[in-house]
Amino acid sequence: MNYINLIKIAKNALMRNKFRAFLTMLGIIIGVASVIAMLAIGQGSKKSIQDQMSSMGSNLIFIMPGSQQRGGVMMGNSGSQTLKMADVEAIRQQCSDIIAVSPEVRSSGQAVFGNLNWPTSLYGGNTLYLGIKKFEVESGRLFTDREIASLAKVCLIGKTVVENIFPKGADPIGQTIRFKEIPMKIIGVLSEKGQNSFGQDQDDILIAPYTTVQRRFLAIDFITGIYTSAISEDKTEEAITQLTNVMRKQHKISKPTDDDFRVMSQSELVKTFTSISDILTTLLGAIAGIALLVGGIGIMNIMYVSVTERTREIGLRMSIGGKGRDILMQFLIESTMLSVSGGVIGILLGYLVSAIIGSLMGWPVVIMTQSVVLSFLVCSAIGIFFGWYPAKKAASLNPIDALRYE
Amino acid sequence: MNHLIIEVDNLKKDFYVGDVTVRALKGVNIQIRKGEFVAIMGASGSGKSTMLNILGCLDKPTSGSYKLDGISISELNKNELAELRNHKLGFVFQSYNLLSRTSALENVELPLFYNSSVNSRERKERAIAALEAVGLADRMHHMPNQLSGGQQQRVAIARSLVNDPVVILADEATGNLDTRTSFEILELFQRLNTDEGKTIVFVTHEPDIARLTSRNIIFRDGLVIKELLVNEKVLASDLLKSLPIGDHEN
Repeated sequence: MNYINLIKIAKNALMRNKFRAFLTMLGIIIGVASVIAMLAIGQGSKKSIQDQMSSMGSNLIFIMPGSQQRGGVMMGNSGSQTLKMADVEAIRQQCSDIIAVSPEVRSSGQAVFGNLNWPTSLYGGNTLYLGIKKFEVESGRLFTDREIASLAKVCLIGKTVVENIFPKGADPIGQTIRFKEIPMKIIGVLSEKGQNSFGQDQDDILIAPYTTVQRRFLAIDFITGIYTSAISEDKTEEAITQLTNVMRKQHKISKPTDDDFRVMSQSELVKTFTSISDILTTLLGAIAGIALLVGGIGIMNIMYVSVTERTREIGLRMSIGGKGRDILMQFLIESTMLSVSGGVIGILLGYLVSAIIGSLMGWPVVIMTQSVVLSFLVCSAIGIFFGWYPAKKAASLNPIDALRYE
Repeated sequence: MNHLIIEVDNLKKDFYVGDVTVRALKGVNIQIRKGEFVAIMGASGSGKSTMLNILGCLDKPTSGSYKLDGISISELNKNELAELRNHKLGFVFQSYNLLSRTSALENVELPLFYNSSVNSRERKERAIAALEAVGLADRMHHMPNQLSGGQQQRVAIARSLVNDPVVILADEATGNLDTRTSFEILELFQRLNTDEGKTIVFVTHEPDIARLTSRNIIFRDGLVIKELLVNEKVLASDLLKSLPIGDHEN
């Protein structure tokens, strides 16, 4: 028996019942496509969290005020006034694994220009602040040390604020806006950063010298946070230890439980979020696995039924001279053709669905080669096996019994 | 014309149903020569279907010998039997057994697909020739569901002819057809027998059909009880003329 003839026989048999062939393929298509799409979404969200975290600076370490005891009474974290400029200075001088340090103070209010206004936040930092938080000046300039010293009423402005209070096409640089009734001169525009992983718009921001924010807007002498950059991402651990030690010395703390500050690193946050999205990926993977299983059962059913209902055909083929192995090969070729083409269509559909979800929902999608290969192999194997197994049974039947099969 | 196509000698076939042994054939002797048109008759349970299955190399005897065109089949394995069916036998079934959604031409070509010495051009030519022989050359691209019962059976006959078999085995080939169509099919068989010298074995329980053949072999209880030559040959075409007009198909 030559294989060209067998392939022709198998092809003719498939073409004879296109709808049945399509239904069989559908199980494989859905199984493969759903696995690919679901894992792509899971993987995409993981990657986007990682990307956004590292865009915030993966060597970023920041210090927040912690709870504080006053005469035995625990005070909450908010409203803590434990961080001072002296701490920033101490860190700058004593921490060898820190290359940049900046205070942060924050004030919220309404930015006004002409007859337009927009609620935003004003952050104060020193000249290194932008570098630490991975902001860039798109046009204009950064404030100077001199302006910090003189509490200058100058600020940099984020894209979102520009869009909301300046008419289209206007150049904000050199203009004076008012923030909480205090006029501020815009000296620079920040480049766009987009949303961070919490969905917060990082372009809805004004940045000014910390002294200006501290004294003119808030009238305080403490700072709300300290932002630092470790020399490199690998040095984060050592830098955290150094920071903690320096801070304890500054605040005269002997027991770690008495800490009135918290040191947090970006890489720790990344780890936390990555593990959350790992859980998400596992969950989606499990759902996809169930889809694969259901698809597989569908393939089994339709293959089994279609071979069984073709028992008479098998009997006829044997009576006119088809050998058992010819019959078996025919069904094997048929189920392979179905499974492989179904698998290929499934892969294409998986890519398509991922792309559509990605663009419609604005979700990032990353298609993993493993998921493509795995789902394709599993579905094809199920399809081929369940095409082969009932065919083997039928081919071993006596031709007469097969012919008389009802 | 004396060449023996079928030579059955003391052939026995037992079936085992649970503990019970059913002796379907109890020592049958049959000889069929080239060019004969033989009817095998008998009531149901007489063993005629079992005999046909063995003649068709679909089943093997328990004991005794069966030689088809000089080849003893008891020494052949399953695959060799399949090859023998492919090269030497043509089957016509009661229920036609055509592949659905498959053109008449493709149905007729089917046996040749399992013969690797026939290429695709020759396969098609031979299938067309076989369809011409049964008078359906103009219907070769029709699907079975577009053909009448008689036409479907003609396609099946063409399929049995396409491999140029030494014998055509027909199992109640007119069982599903009305009288007129039955006679039309028999007319075709008679023509194949007389004009082309085809050897035909026709299993039937209808005496009307049997008298259109040249010899009748009658089975009862697993034995050949009678063999008789049909002396006065009746032509199916004559019978057709005697039928009342108006109930024919097409």
